[in-house]
Amino acid sequence: MAELPASEAELVARYGPSLAFEPPGGFAARGTPDRLVKTHCCFCGQQCGMQLAVKDERVVGVEPWEEFPFNRGKLCPKGIKRYLQSNHADRLLHPLARCDGGFEEISWNRALDVATERITAIQREHGRDAVAVLSGASLTNEKAYLMGKFARLALGTRNIDYNGRLCMVAAGSANLKAFGIDRAANPWADLLETDLILVAGSNVSECSPITTDYIWRARDRGARLIVVDPRLTPIARTADLFLPVRPGRDLALFNAILHEVIRLGGVDRAFVAAHTTGFDAVAETVRDYAPDAVAAEVGVPAHRIREAAAMWVAAPKSMLLHARGIEHHTKGVDNVLSCINLVLATGRIGIPGTGYATITGQGNGQGGREHGQRCNQLPGARDIENPVHRAEVAAVWGVPEESIPRKGATAPEIFEKIHSGEIRGLISICFNPLVSLPDSRFTREALEKLDFFMPIDFFLSETARHADLVLPGSLQEEDEGTVTSAEGRVIRIRQAVTPPSEARRDWEIICALARRLGAERHFDFDSPRAIFEELRRASRGGTADYSGITYEKIEEQMGVFWPCPSDEHPGTPRLFEKGRFYHADGRARFHAVTYRPPVDAVTGEYPVILTTGRVVSQFLSGNQTRRIGPLVEQIPEPYVEMHPRLAGELGIDDGMLVRVTSRRGFVDLVARVVATIRPDTVFIPYHWGGNRSANRLTVRAYDPVAGIPEYKVAAVRIEPIAEMAAS
Amino acid sequence: MSDSRAIASLFIDPSRCIGCRACVHACSECAGHGGVSMIHLDAVDPGASVQTAPTVCMHCEDPDCVSVCPADAIKVDANGIVLSALAERCIGCGNCALACGFGVPKIDEKKALMQKCDLCYDRTSLGSAPMCATVCPSGALFYGTTEEIAALRRERPQSRFTFDAELVTTRNGVLLPASIDALGVGLRSAVKTSAELQLEEAIA
Repeated sequence: MAELPASEAELVARYGPSLAFEPPGGFAARGTPDRLVKTHCCFCGQQCGMQLAVKDERVVGVEPWEEFPFNRGKLCPKGIKRYLQSNHADRLLHPLARCDGGFEEISWNRALDVATERITAIQREHGRDAVAVLSGASLTNEKAYLMGKFARLALGTRNIDYNGRLCMVAAGSANLKAFGIDRAANPWADLLETDLILVAGSNVSECSPITTDYIWRARDRGARLIVVDPRLTPIARTADLFLPVRPGRDLALFNAILHEVIRLGGVDRAFVAAHTTGFDAVAETVRDYAPDAVAAEVGVPAHRIREAAAMWVAAPKSMLLHARGIEHHTKGVDNVLSCINLVLATGRIGIPGTGYATITGQGNGQGGREHGQRCNQLPGARDIENPVHRAEVAAVWGVPEESIPRKGATAPEIFEKIHSGEIRGLISICFNPLVSLPDSRFTREALEKLDFFMPIDFFLSETARHADLVLPGSLQEEDEGTVTSAEGRVIRIRQAVTPPSEARRDWEIICALARRLGAERHFDFDSPRAIFEELRRASRGGTADYSGITYEKIEEQMGVFWPCPSDEHPGTPRLFEKGRFYHADGRARFHAVTYRPPVDAVTGEYPVILTTGRVVSQFLSGNQTRRIGPLVEQIPEPYVEMHPRLAGELGIDDGMLVRVTSRRGFVDLVARVVATIRPDTVFIPYHWGGNRSANRLTVRAYDPVAGIPEYKVAAVRIEPIAEMAAS
Repeated sequence: MSDSRAIASLFIDPSRCIGCRACVHACSECAGHGGVSMIHLDAVDPGASVQTAPTVCMHCEDPDCVSVCPADAIKVDANGIVLSALAERCIGCGNCALACGFGVPKIDEKKALMQKCDLCYDRTSLGSAPMCATVCPSGALFYGTTEEIAALRRERPQSRFTFDAELVTTRNGVLLPASIDALGVGLRSAVKTSAELQLEEAIA
């Protein structure tokens, strides 16, 4: 049903991506802005403060905001050029309905009528759960909260999940298991006071560039740096110790480091006894992980593993940071737990300059995972299967507890259920799964099977091209709200301009749709602030307690760290002080975790490990950044990065076109031959769609607890294209 | 003009550069630049290393670009800032670009005009930092006084460079390990970093 309504080339010609290079009217016409609006970047989880320059009610540029304490005016290329997404030629300005040969503009009234008819018809015939919602972690807290409530009360479906499933859920699940709470344990300022920073699986220079500044300022006062990564990234280049781990072997490495820490007598016995449970089982497990025993599998010499352990033990204060590099695995949760075990065993948490954090990736990756748009969650980071939690939220919503649907499918499971026919209708916002989910052929086939697909978006993404109906939503700069940064700091997104033409603010669209679906009583919101006020009440008493946070307090304090359970409470920048954790007994939990290899094994036919990741000038599936000219020029195309030794064995020169083939499919890309990657591994950045998509190659294999895909390891073979033509 | 403080200097620490090009993009946004950046961002040894380095105008005390200009188009202001060529005088001959040991001046062939970093005069004259240094996420570019940078960093600011026999002294500086007195052309040390050696060791 939902095959493309026109050729890809025709859709690209009409809806882009096309490239914007200049503000409206060109640089010469920009002049002095009418006002500067203090807000935050629309991209990653660092959520840098910045000012948007507005002239004639249009966003025309960016100015640094040096007073905002997190980034002090610092920005990466994406932030500096993000203003070029405003006034963009590709912008969706009217509701669109699929027609012969493409899409036609229709009125809002007609669009909402059609949406209501189609949703109602599918649910009448196939049950309420046959309509699913996919949401996103770039949405404000207000919108994320609204999406969860919309799915449960307006649609009555259990099937809502979000694209944080592809990003933060492994860290979140592990943090919840170990600490009883899912949030960075320390504010980033603690990095400045530490003695040792261990960065595992995080290309901070490209994926969270502002964190580089914290690392360097710590090093200015003598801190040392250990980096664990299969690639020698810009921050790894200058590290004191670089552990070039083979992709998928992080757990064995961290168990080995803990093995050595125990051997060196580095365990903080008093902390472990007073504030944790389960250490003995971990100590027993890591006994099998002597550095010499695992070095070959891990791909790092044993003496370097011992060196890392010795540095960790010797440092009075330490900060451990990790990101998707250790999380995008079928054992992503266990990888994170192996890091947490090291932190807990040495008592390195809850102290100024000492702690632990995952570097959350998406713009509202933190807040977006707290307020109910996850399949297993209700606002306040509550558990949707916990009767007490359900009753608390039911009371705020004014509905019977049993009317709230139970746990639904994860985002990847939603696509499996589309394939099986269980899910027939899909509403999506802020999610481009055709580019971002693994094994994109499977995703495309699912989209083609849907009876009804309705994305809300500002640009027509690769996924949205398959739509029956497209509702034109709002850019970040067109609405008020809050987001929660990687630090757990709740901050204000301020509206700079109004949505152009017939585009509407997302929450207005959702509320209008909810009214049509007969749920008007639950969606009587007149502003983001009104939604936030309800979010505060709904989160009260939950783990992610925002009840004491107001828009005013955020502005006065330059952000408020949750939990903030009362009007008088200043917020909680650092968690776990004095060894108090969030489990009922106040103790942290060790988890004994064992190494097992990645799912997609390298073989003679597929002998090379593919790992995927990001580049500094693009963001996630690229639906925004692939339309910003100066960012596209920086890195115009994906490529496959490989070591000269591998390239030599394969007869590949730098710049040569090569075919990368996995058990799922192939892509043809230019080879980039660099000495800064392991020879058994190649790297492809994943921001592109279609026949350039890294996710044509990746495997549909998921962490059993978190449901995160194993993006970081797939088995591939690589051949020069010319050679293939000849043979 | 300078209301709050005198115009300070830029300091470059190439070892911290992460190649993100934030400085380049920021420069292109500055007033009067019209989307064109005056900063060069180079991969130092592409393929072998991920090291990159930004080049901004060093604002020489005795600028070669000025002395070789046949049209007398490049002016130095009272603060010692070497300005972009005057549009009404510049003939786009490119002498300045050839003479500059740092390779800073850019010639716009269509306009027959040389443009270069003027230390963000529109910002620095009002007490603000140039946008490149304000945004730089890694501290590879820093704007401030010699005293300020010396207090913050272990590396030592240097503003003396040798090009063959010529010694050039500049307003802006480069941050170097304390053992080096004056910097020759080419900022990449021949010595590999510990991390680079550790990768080689692991894959040997």
